[in-house]
Amino acid sequence: MSRRSHEAVVIGASSGAIEAITTILPRLPEGFRLPVLIVVHLPPDHLSTLPELFQSRTSLPVKEAEDTEPIHPGTIYVAPPDYHLLVEIEGTLSLSSEEPVQYSRPSIDVLFETAADAYESALIGIVLTGANSDGANGLREIWNAGGTPVVQSPDEAQAPLMPEAALAHCPAAQVMTLNQIAEFLIVEGGRHD
Amino acid sequence: MTDRIVDLEIRLLLEAVFEQFHYDFRGYSMASIKRRLHQALAHFRCDTVSELQSRVLHEADAFPQLLSYLTVQVSELFRDPAYFKTLREQVLPHLRTYPSLKIWVAGCGDGEEVYSLAIMLREEGLEDRTLIYGTDVNPRALKKAEAGVYAADRIPLFTRNHQLSGGKSSLSDYYTAAYGGAAFDKSLTRNVVFSDHSLVSDAVFAEMHLISCRNVLIYFDRPLQNRAVELMKQSLIRRGFLGLGARETLRFTEHAEAFTDFARDVRIYQKRGDQ
Ligand SMILES: C[S@@+](CC[C@H](N)C(=O)[O-])C[C@H]1O[C@@H](n2cnc3c(N)ncnc32)[C@H](O)[C@@H]1O
Repeated sequence: MSRRSHEAVVIGASSGAIEAITTILPRLPEGFRLPVLIVVHLPPDHLSTLPELFQSRTSLPVKEAEDTEPIHPGTIYVAPPDYHLLVEIEGTLSLSSEEPVQYSRPSIDVLFETAADAYESALIGIVLTGANSDGANGLREIWNAGGTPVVQSPDEAQAPLMPEAALAHCPAAQVMTLNQIAEFLIVEGGRHD
Repeated sequence: MTDRIVDLEIRLLLEAVFEQFHYDFRGYSMASIKRRLHQALAHFRCDTVSELQSRVLHEADAFPQLLSYLTVQVSELFRDPAYFKTLREQVLPHLRTYPSLKIWVAGCGDGEEVYSLAIMLREEGLEDRTLIYGTDVNPRALKKAEAGVYAADRIPLFTRNHQLSGGKSSLSDYYTAAYGGAAFDKSLTRNVVFSDHSLVSDAVFAEMHLISCRNVLIYFDRPLQNRAVELMKQSLIRRGFLGLGARETLRFTEHAEAFTDFARDVRIYQKRGDQ
């Protein structure tokens, strides 16, 4: 089976997000080549400190995503509070203040759906812990576009609802623990071809 | 593959809209346009964008409806209270030194920002010497802005925002309950002109002391952002102020050097004196 190698990772997480993401990030080695785009649901005043928090756990550059900026490899982008984060097909980011989707802005679905459209089969989408069903539709779109859907094992997730909803919508998703997700990313992001 | 056909159809639709209706969405951020066109397909019960294009060209009332999908009106009174607090506490003291003032709210949507400014100017005793222009490309939004009626369930949020922005009065002084909505006092728009104006295709129309253009540039690609910022630069007096949305910046535009950061955290810029 010939498939494009992966070019980007999108991650969505809600309740329990910080613990889950700060378990994965420190494992990503220097020279990791995939950009990682992250949407976390948090009250807006907490969200704006996320890039700093994540930066303290990784040597890869972490920044808040900015409108019209090009996506660079090996960089971690975090959606800003109160804006949706979208991927343009030219490989740049954009922000939008459209209505919340399923009560969420930023919305995991919006990031996943637009990233699926831009990266097609070259995308890894990961739904982590959370107590709602954001990300389920988006993960399915990633699968439909030929990408690689991954769901954190509901047994391990601090809040299993979001991984469960994602699995219900996208049964083809691979179920992994945080540890396995980190290992999977190291392999995918270390490969140069 | 099929998705790239959708992209082609969207380009053709936007060309048709431009040729036929003279609205130019060709330089907008496509990811967001595409999402909203998907919603429009459901609304119009069309299977493809090509079908939608045909409807829009042949049915008189279709385009105004489509326009409400191509633009995003979401807003609040005193959205981002810190922005309005900074305007009140740091920008107004400068503006107060002018005998008469012009303020432009570019992309005013349903008018929330215009009413916020009008209330603030009244509280600060500057209402009588100020003319506010509220402009937008969506005529339905401009109608709503003129009416100044908002859903009653939004009032608690508006009230909280107003207080956090340093409001000196009670928001309830400015509206009356009507038909499940809150109707804002007509006297607030005594010195307000609402009109149709596009940052993409129209020209400078007056010299402004302050331009508030929030959450409009994020829907444009970079060349269009450059065009819009250039227009606003030309519309500002020397040392005039430009306020953007909470996550918008001039940094990536060609006109960054024409401005200084006035209040970086809330994205308020000041045009340089030598520009
Ligand atoms: C999200 S609203 C902004 C409302 C308010 N300024 C705020 O930040 O809450 C964006 C508005 O920009 C308007 N708009 C879109 N394209 C425009 C253009 N070319 N010129 C002027 N306004 C435009 C839309 O119709 C919409 O009402």
